[in-house]
Amino acid sequence: MKRRGRASERLFQGLCLAAALVPLVVLALLVGKLLVDGLGRLDWAFLTSFPSRKADEAGILPAVVGSLWLVGLSALFALPLGLGAAIYLEEYGRRGRLADLIEVNIANLAGVPSIIYGLLGLGLFVRALGLGRSLLAGALTMALLVLPVVVLSAREALRTVPATLREGAYALGSTRWQAIYRVVLPQALPGVLTGAILAISRAMGETAPLIVVGALTYVSFLPDGPGSAFTVLPIQIFNWVSRPQPEFLVNAAAGIVVLLVTLLALNGVAIALRNRMEKRRAG
Amino acid sequence: MMPAQELAAGPARSAGRPVVPRLEVEPALVSPDQATCQVKIAAHRLSAWFGAQQVLRGVSLDMPRCQVTAIIGPSGCGKSTFIRCLNRMHELTPGARTEGVIALDDQVVNTRAVDPVLLRRRVGMVFQKPNPFPSMSIRENVLAGLRLTGSLRRGAGDELAERALRQAALWDEVKDRLDEPGLGLSGGQQQRLCIARALAVEPEVLLMDEPCSALDPIATARIEDLIHELRLRYTLVIVTHNMQQAARVSDRTAFFLLGELVELGPTERLFTSPSDPRTEDYITGKFG
Repeated sequence: MKRRGRASERLFQGLCLAAALVPLVVLALLVGKLLVDGLGRLDWAFLTSFPSRKADEAGILPAVVGSLWLVGLSALFALPLGLGAAIYLEEYGRRGRLADLIEVNIANLAGVPSIIYGLLGLGLFVRALGLGRSLLAGALTMALLVLPVVVLSAREALRTVPATLREGAYALGSTRWQAIYRVVLPQALPGVLTGAILAISRAMGETAPLIVVGALTYVSFLPDGPGSAFTVLPIQIFNWVSRPQPEFLVNAAAGIVVLLVTLLALNGVAIALRNRMEKRRAG
Repeated sequence: MMPAQELAAGPARSAGRPVVPRLEVEPALVSPDQATCQVKIAAHRLSAWFGAQQVLRGVSLDMPRCQVTAIIGPSGCGKSTFIRCLNRMHELTPGARTEGVIALDDQVVNTRAVDPVLLRRRVGMVFQKPNPFPSMSIRENVLAGLRLTGSLRRGAGDELAERALRQAALWDEVKDRLDEPGLGLSGGQQQRLCIARALAVEPEVLLMDEPCSALDPIATARIEDLIHELRLRYTLVIVTHNMQQAARVSDRTAFFLLGELVELGPTERLFTSPSDPRTEDYITGKFG
């Protein structure tokens, strides 16, 4: 009896280990294949050239710049909005009806497929507000998309600030705003930043809503402002993948390496920030 | 007997006194004898609730200037809630409410017309667990109250920080590391830092909610010495579940039970010959 128990224990452990290893192995294979395919193509010229009909002259400069613009602009919209909403929900309207309503809505928004956001952006920003197929319309759409992530992570960060600190601030005769601004926010900041970076990396990788909003697939110029037409990395990659010539597939692999490295770097920063925060809280 | 009289006299006195609005009171050093007659902060028929649960039942208590009033009683007797009502921290809890009157210098302070933020600058508070602000240095912690409220004059910081730290008997231990984080101090030092922080805004009353319950005996002794010095300058109200501590540091002691004020008297008298059998049971350790 005892032995069989042990055997099944081992079997179960092995199955769980396999389950844990499968995604790791798949990811490793994927990245490995990409590196083999794309690394040879990756050089300075690739990063600084415009796309071209000739695969070996094509580069990803407009896509990189477009991605930076898009991510920067959407962060500009999403971060203050998300942080503001989080502060309201956590610090002011904790138990009101309005807070409940907002909370349900945010939870729902987080579950909406991204293509729906694209349609919303197309209807609202591109057409109704007349922004056209511009960076601004794309960034506003993307800001809506990542808003729930920002709100949820900022709330989480605010919630970890002990109530005793708020009380300490109130007892010194500070108003609610002063307590939030001087005591609660500095303490919650690393957590808020972690969420912000996660939101930014989400915005960086999303493709579907931007295609709906009307990002271009072939751009031979750099965006010169929020009103400019644009493309982004994932769309450039999508464009190359859909070409019949195998040389463009190599370009796509190199583009994916650039995208992945950027995303991993952003996530790395997020993790480093979180670790630093935890250390500070423990000490 | 005299204690019964005193118990009866407390509420009656504050009830009969006209509540006249006064603007500002000049902080002054008053000798303890002279001070006994002057009521600094008073509660009259104060009741408090958390939602539907009543935690204070019509408590009337005068706290005289330049004396230490200790509030003792078993857990859940409402003693913490009582002092949290005095600086209107109680009302920050969702669903909390109060009835009755709180008067500071004969001025009613628990009305809508009085801004609780301004009240809390006159009635400071030290908490059970030291709560220095983790993102601030020692100096910044002391000056936090002034910075928070934007009332710190440029260039005055160092002097104010030193004065508050000296008053809190912490200066000698931290003067060489004012820019280090406040969290780097020991528990007892952190608590004195919190006292310095409270003193820096120059309150008139200092409320202490079990200030030594998280500290070791040596740190506790230092805080108690400090309380002895501070009583000359401030009206002190200290909540404690440690009866020896109440006996050591206070001039008057109030015994709370189940949200009611059972007995109030000079500390020595209350501990040697309590008039209420419940007080006697508590201080002799029959329950608690």
